[in-house]
Amino acid sequence: MSDITSQSLFELTSNIKEKKLSSEEITKAFIDRAKNSKKLNVYVTDNFEKAIDQSKKFDSNPNFDLKLPGIPIAVKDLFCTNGVRTTAGSKILNNFVPTYESTVTQNLWSQGAILLGKLNCDEFAMGSSNETSFFGNVQNPVGENLVPGGSSGGSSAAVAANLTPVTIGTDTGGSIRQPASFTGTVGLKPTYGSCSRYGIVAFASSLDQAGPMTKNVRDCSMLLEVISSFDQKDSTSIDYKRNYYSKELSKDIKGKKIGIPKEYRVDNMPDEIEQLWKNGILYAKDCGAEIIDISLPHTNYALPTYYIVAPAEASSNLARYDGVKYGFRSPGQNLIEMYEKTRSEGFGDEVKRRIMIGTYVLSSGYYDAYYLKAQKVRQLIKKDFDDAFSKVDAILTPSTPSSAFKIGEKTNDPVSMYLNDIFTVPINLAGLPGISIPAGKDKNNYPLGLQVIGKPFDEQNILNISYALEDKINFKNDISDWWLSE
Amino acid sequence: MSKNSEYLIERENKQYEVIIGLEVHAQVTSESKLFSQSSTKFGAEPNTQVSLVDAAFPGMLPVINEFCIEQAIKTGIGLKAKINKKSVFDRKNYFYADLPQGYQISQYKYPIVGEGKVILDMPNGQKEIGIERLHLEQDAGKSIHDIDPNNTLVDLNRSGVALMEIVSKPDLRSPDEVNVYIKKLRSIMRYLGTCDGNMQEGSLRADVNVSVRLKGETEFGTRCEIKNVNSIKFMQMAIISEANRQIDLLEEGKEIDQETRLFDTKRNETRSMRSKEDAHDYRYFPDPDLLPLEISQELIEKIKSDIPELPDEKKKRFIDKFNLSPYEATILVSDIETSNFFEEVIKNSDVKLATNWITGELFAVLNEKNLEISQSPVSTKNLSKLINIIKDGTISGKIAKTVFEQMIDGDQDPLIIVKEKGLKQESDPKAIEELIDKVIENNSDKVAEYKSGKDKLFGFFVGQAMKESKGKGNPQLINKILKEKLNG
Repeated sequence: MSDITSQSLFELTSNIKEKKLSSEEITKAFIDRAKNSKKLNVYVTDNFEKAIDQSKKFDSNPNFDLKLPGIPIAVKDLFCTNGVRTTAGSKILNNFVPTYESTVTQNLWSQGAILLGKLNCDEFAMGSSNETSFFGNVQNPVGENLVPGGSSGGSSAAVAANLTPVTIGTDTGGSIRQPASFTGTVGLKPTYGSCSRYGIVAFASSLDQAGPMTKNVRDCSMLLEVISSFDQKDSTSIDYKRNYYSKELSKDIKGKKIGIPKEYRVDNMPDEIEQLWKNGILYAKDCGAEIIDISLPHTNYALPTYYIVAPAEASSNLARYDGVKYGFRSPGQNLIEMYEKTRSEGFGDEVKRRIMIGTYVLSSGYYDAYYLKAQKVRQLIKKDFDDAFSKVDAILTPSTPSSAFKIGEKTNDPVSMYLNDIFTVPINLAGLPGISIPAGKDKNNYPLGLQVIGKPFDEQNILNISYALEDKINFKNDISDWWLSE
Repeated sequence: MSKNSEYLIERENKQYEVIIGLEVHAQVTSESKLFSQSSTKFGAEPNTQVSLVDAAFPGMLPVINEFCIEQAIKTGIGLKAKINKKSVFDRKNYFYADLPQGYQISQYKYPIVGEGKVILDMPNGQKEIGIERLHLEQDAGKSIHDIDPNNTLVDLNRSGVALMEIVSKPDLRSPDEVNVYIKKLRSIMRYLGTCDGNMQEGSLRADVNVSVRLKGETEFGTRCEIKNVNSIKFMQMAIISEANRQIDLLEEGKEIDQETRLFDTKRNETRSMRSKEDAHDYRYFPDPDLLPLEISQELIEKIKSDIPELPDEKKKRFIDKFNLSPYEATILVSDIETSNFFEEVIKNSDVKLATNWITGELFAVLNEKNLEISQSPVSTKNLSKLINIIKDGTISGKIAKTVFEQMIDGDQDPLIIVKEKGLKQESDPKAIEELIDKVIENNSDKVAEYKSGKDKLFGFFVGQAMKESKGKGNPQLINKILKEKLNG
């Protein structure tokens, strides 16, 4: 048996069911490794003591019918967890302990999983490098002083570094897929409405989706199966028949039509990304898929559209952090002064920047020119995909225009930071499912990802295509455990 | 409306017309709030009816309370308005301590209910007031400034309670019309059970838009909005005061600034709250947590089929079927409890007498004791009995008043009162004849005068006969027999 923490979810589950490993052994193994991995800074809050108690409790009365029997899992600190501090990576929620549980995490616990702790992320999920977190940046286990991507950077690093078997992140413009790509892991953003947003600290309500982040596609299919559910507490949750994604997982993609959008061949795209994409196309052909050139003509407008819609919603969603009811408060002589001090001191620069942008684009006199126009363009982007999906079953693109960059490299250049999401943002705007799988490495040996985009509710199809490609690509992350303190 | 009833404010040979539009905020009658399951019950301890959604905890999401939607549709139908099959909830963004989300969920561009109308019964005829729209929105919490000397306290019980904002067209022209309009609106909603209209509990409040113009002008003047006025009396006072303030400005050759004002009830004047320049930029945009609201024709039809008879229709029926005057009918239908009371009474008794007794004696008592008709000291059953014994001649109208006075005390049965006090009317012609003979005998001088032509004395004989009967003599019989005896 290989080292516990390097096992996949599937392996761990089998070992538990076959009683080769106990939940307590597994939980302790991850905790021990976490204790030696402080340098990565993945945890904002750990739940280690309670996790061990819960693992013992599981072992004393195990239920092997559950999908995640006694499996310890750390989650992004954007999910509200009952009795466990939830910060969203922000000072303004530094002391906030929810009395309720998000639907998605509840789905994990209902299937036997155990909370290991809360993982670092960009403040309010706003960022692409995990550098906007109030709790400091996260190291990418792939290489020292490399960003793990963002906003689910603590999550991607934790999976890649074997600090949690799997995790869940949230993806508003690429916050699951980009960090997955940067760390050589698998990340899936489901169709908007697949996973409940109840209990997830909101960034941009019309774009936010929770999704699985795993070491491989099979684990990803299982985790999606667990977290996706219709929820009446979220009015945008959609009531449709969900697949048993893990059971129905298949490498047979013969005859599947896969679209290659020409607009994703952007200027100055590194050759190695171009090559990665070509390889992906070849592998897909090898698997019997049919490759079809397609056009998504409004792709160029996706990023500007996103940077109007998302900040607009965020500016309103974050109004509730005002120091009145919970969270951080900086006292003032009067209400206005208290607001100003609380929000000036409680929010970081990137969050403030987006609140300012959002407030601006919704202001009277600018609303039509920005917000309304962006909504119209969003419809056009969606229509591009609708048209494309009348010809193809899925679309294959690179996940990101580059590999992971150095910590600090882009912190003073927000626009170049935003450009990281150029391939992932359109998928959120259109509400589609998209998955990033590790597909190769660049000249520095840093991982690169490919993205498979599907029709609404067609997660099974993109999982199957990814499963087939994964097999052909046979990616191996070589992570040296350079950060371990022992 | 006839000329002489026009409400005009005079200034040195000039006459100003007052233009009024109302935005009425009516609390939807509903067990739970618009987007959460917390109770809406009035008068609970502060912050005991607050869910995580109402207090805007991180990750909490609004879920529409379907019942409130149905209530709004019902009200829309009652206002003879267009129900919009698709409407949108927007966020109205502003910061305040009693607004936990930092925005109010409201409807901006696409309200649930479109144009409608309300008919006012004014003393000199009917007037139609246009309804611009009705939309749903959340109420805010309550800031309390006068409990703690150093802090403002916040009660979130009201936070998230469903309100209907009913916006009238600028069709109102006088404080009287405003009075009738509010009462009519309240009456319609009470008939429908969609708003209890209780102004003391804040279930009905209004923002009042006022502008003035010289009589004959067709353009509207610049308007001011007086925020959050919570009684009809204050609305009327605010309108008069604000209209005069605006006219004074115009008379001085000054301009009126479009602004939001507050009515100071103690000083009876409005004062500026914020100017147009300082107006909030609410940054309305569709709430991404809620999908556009779609209403099916089936739902509209279902609600329509449940709509009870409304005041206007009831009035028409009362006039047509019971032969009531428009005035009587208006009074009886103005409040659903009153019309129900009336209809209950006339099930077993005479309509004309019931109308008179309810609008006369009963209303007088209610007024005097400051009671609602639902608290009437006399039940419909006993009032019917009273009317029936008047109608069949058991007691006279005059005796009935005495009986009624006693009935008030604990809803006593009039039949028992009449029996116990021996108040039954004397209708035996023989007995009447006997007492009339006695009167004639005792007043021979008056009889002589009468016979010599002093006709007016007839009343005197009636009075004497009545007195002789201790008030119980049947007046018709007394009249008849007296005439026979005196003229015969």
